Parts: sequence; structure tokens; C-alpha cells
Amino acid sequence: MSSSIQVSIGHVAASLVLVAVAIAVSRWRRAELEQDIAVATIRSLIQLTAIGYAIELIFEADTIWLVLALLAVMVLFGAITARARARKVPDAFVTLLIALTTAGAATLGLVVALGIFDPTPRYLVPVGGMVIGNAMTASAVALNRLGDEIGDSRAMIEATLSLGATAQEAAAPIVRRALRSGMIALVDSTKTTGLIFFPGTMVGMLLAGADPTDAVRLQLILLYSLLGSVAISALVATTLSYRNFFTPAQQLRDRA
Amino acid sequence: MAPVLFELSEVSLSRGGRQVLDSISARIPVGATAVVGPSGSGKSTLLRLLNRLADPDSGAITYRGRPLGEHDPLELRRQVSLVPQLPALIGGTVGSNLRYAAELAGTEPDLDRDLRLAGLDPGFADRDITALSVGEQQRAMLARSLVQRPSVLLLDEPTSALDETARNAIEATLAELRRELDISMVIVSHDPGQARRLSDWVIRVERGRAVGCGSAAEVLA
Repeated sequence: MSSSIQVSIGHVAASLVLVAVAIAVSRWRRAELEQDIAVATIRSLIQLTAIGYAIELIFEADTIWLVLALLAVMVLFGAITARARARKVPDAFVTLLIALTTAGAATLGLVVALGIFDPTPRYLVPVGGMVIGNAMTASAVALNRLGDEIGDSRAMIEATLSLGATAQEAAAPIVRRALRSGMIALVDSTKTTGLIFFPGTMVGMLLAGADPTDAVRLQLILLYSLLGSVAISALVATTLSYRNFFTPAQQLRDRA
Repeated sequence: MAPVLFELSEVSLSRGGRQVLDSISARIPVGATAVVGPSGSGKSTLLRLLNRLADPDSGAITYRGRPLGEHDPLELRRQVSLVPQLPALIGGTVGSNLRYAAELAGTEPDLDRDLRLAGLDPGFADRDITALSVGEQQRAMLARSLVQRPSVLLLDEPTSALDETARNAIEATLAELRRELDISMVIVSHDPGQARRLSDWVIRVERGRAVGCGSAAEVLA
């Protein structure tokens, strides 16, 4: 998988022309996104450059501990980012830390145990980043939905509790819908992959000159791994979070 | 006075910095009790304490002589069944709601009987809940509670969402229930006339305090 193209700073700078197009469109149609586009461009430049250097260091050091440290940092920032989408969920941060850690550890552990990837930084860093990133999105969407639905369905939940249902029984339909909403985006994009869009890994490998068959196979492995990781993260996040809305006496807590 | 069902001693509760219940002491006997008072006086909150949908900040409540906290909340809620002010049925048919409640309580559902007791024709079992009027939904909620064979019904403003004709019909149903079943009722109402028609015992609540507790004839005189 050696790179057959060389990407210079000049090439990157040239691609900024397309950013200028985006800013021009926003300005012309008064979408008021110029500032956001500028911030996004600068942030992506700084963040990706920094992570590029970090990955280079980790590859050179070739030690599993640095990989684990990098993944832990990703989990931490993932949980902080996802918490912003889950403001209505009590103690969401701890739950998200557990969900992302579980999803990352289980998915990476399985792909290594099954012999799909070697436990080396070259595989674990990029795959871990994708796994944790997708797990973060899935758990954020699921908890956002969970918080909204429990807030909107208080009367229904209490009416069900009044029948002697447990908190788990009363919240079950909401937890089910929240889990589904966390997973559905990836399920849908997996259905249409290759038809409507080419996923990033495959595009990257093709650009780097890889054999298309290898590119497709690696992409499939990643897609299937991501399906597992979003399912685990959304499941752990929703299962742990719904309990935080109830007291041990199966009462719905007052709004925070 | 009939045997005591619930006894409240110095019960207080605040929410969001507001004192909702302020040192309420009262007895609720077997039979029909009305909790009356103006809107926002704490009546519905008081009702929610009786089946432990909420717990007081301080004070004590007993049910049949035992502290409420010693009862298993799930078992208590099947014995002391709350019918909320606004209907909140689970999606599906009336029958599926009744069967769900029976499953939770471990009772054998007799849909015809429970629908009839709630003033609904047995044919309602197959009706989708979205096809019901508010009054019919309220009756379906009542039937869903009755499926569990409770010994106490907590009714939160059972007719507030209904017109006069529907209100009279529900009141007739509740009176009929008392004649047919060995069941007690605690009815929250802002209407003293309704309290007089439906209850023997009355607790009057104002601004979170119990300002009257006694027979309907005494308190509503």
C-alpha cells in the first residue's frame, strides 16, 4: 500500500480554491456561513496537521502504549463533543466515556483477534480513529433522541409506571427508538455505498494507487467493523442513560 | 369514620424552589374521598405521593397502617392505581392496552367486564386508540386500571377535559363502580359540586396546606 502520489503543500493550497467557491456561494446567497467555513478550514488544517505529526511519531516509536494513549485522547474528546448533543441526559459524560471505550475496545479487539488487522500502530491508529469517531456520532444522536423523547413523553411514562411497570418497561419503546436513530445513518449509508457515494477509505486507497480489489475489500472490512461499533456504542449509551432518568423506586426524576 | 386507608403526617414537598405541599396532615378513609381546592394548590402532587410516583421531602405517609416506603412500589401501584388527568394510552388498540396492564399485574383479562365497568361497549377492544374521543380515551384509561383489580383508584380531575354531558356520564360510571366493586377512590377535583356528588370524605387543599378534612357534609357546607 505504498503511496504512488506525492502531495505537496502547493497541492493543498491549490485546493483552497474550492473553499473560496464555498465562501462565494454563501456570500452570494446570504447563507451567512462564510465565518463558519473559514473556521472549519483553519481548524481542519491545524487539527489534521497536528494529528499527522502525532501519527508519524507513533508509527516511528512503534509501541502499543502510544497508540492506546492516542485512542484514549480520542475517546475523551469524543465524549466531550457528544455530551454537547446530549444536554438533557443526566450524567451523559461518564456514560459516553464508557460507551466509546467499550465500542472502541470491543471492535478493535475483535478485528485483531480475528486476524483481520495486525496489532500495530499502522492499523490500530486509523481504524481506531474511525471506530471512535463513528461511535461518537451514533451515541450522540441516540442520546439526543433519548433526552428529547423522555422529556416529551413524561405523561406516557408516568401512566405506564402507574400500572406497576418498571422503569425499563416504561422506557423500552423510547430506548428502542433512540438506539435505532443512533444506528440508522450508518445502516443507510452502508446500503447505498458504491451506488451513491464512494466511502473515504476506498477513495483514499484508489488515489494512493492501490489495487481496486484491495481498496474494496478493506472498505468492506471497515464498514462492517463500523456497523458493530455504532451498535455497541448506541446500545451502551442508551442502556446506561435511561436509568439516570429514574430513581431506584421506579420514579421518573424531575427535569434537571 | 371508616377504617383508615392512607394517613399523612406533616407531609411537605417543594419543586423548583416552590413549596408545593406544606406540612399536610390528613386521613383518607376507605370509601370515596375528594381532594378539592383551586388550581395549583397541590392536589395532583398529593395524589402522586399516594402511589409513590413521587416521594415527599419530609413527613410520613402510611397505607393500611404500613409506611409507604415499605411497600414495593410496583406492587403498590397495581393496588393503588392512578388514572391521570389527561389520557396517555400506549399506541395500538384499547384491547392491547388492557392486555398489557393485565400482563403487568399477572391478572386474567376480562375485557368485556372491564370495558363495561368503565362505560364502554365490548366492541371498543378492537378500536385503535387514535380513533377515540378524549372521553372514550379517559374511559379506556379507567378500564386499563380496572384490569389490574386495584383496591384503590386515584382519579386526577377525571372530567376536566370533558363537556357537561360527558362529565355526568363519567360521574355515573364512577358511582356505579363503587356499587359493583369493593373499591376505594381518591378523586382530585377543583369542583366542590363534583366532590359532593362523588365522595363521602373531603380534604380541602389551599396553597399546599390542608385547610379542611372531614365528612363531605362538614367540609363542603
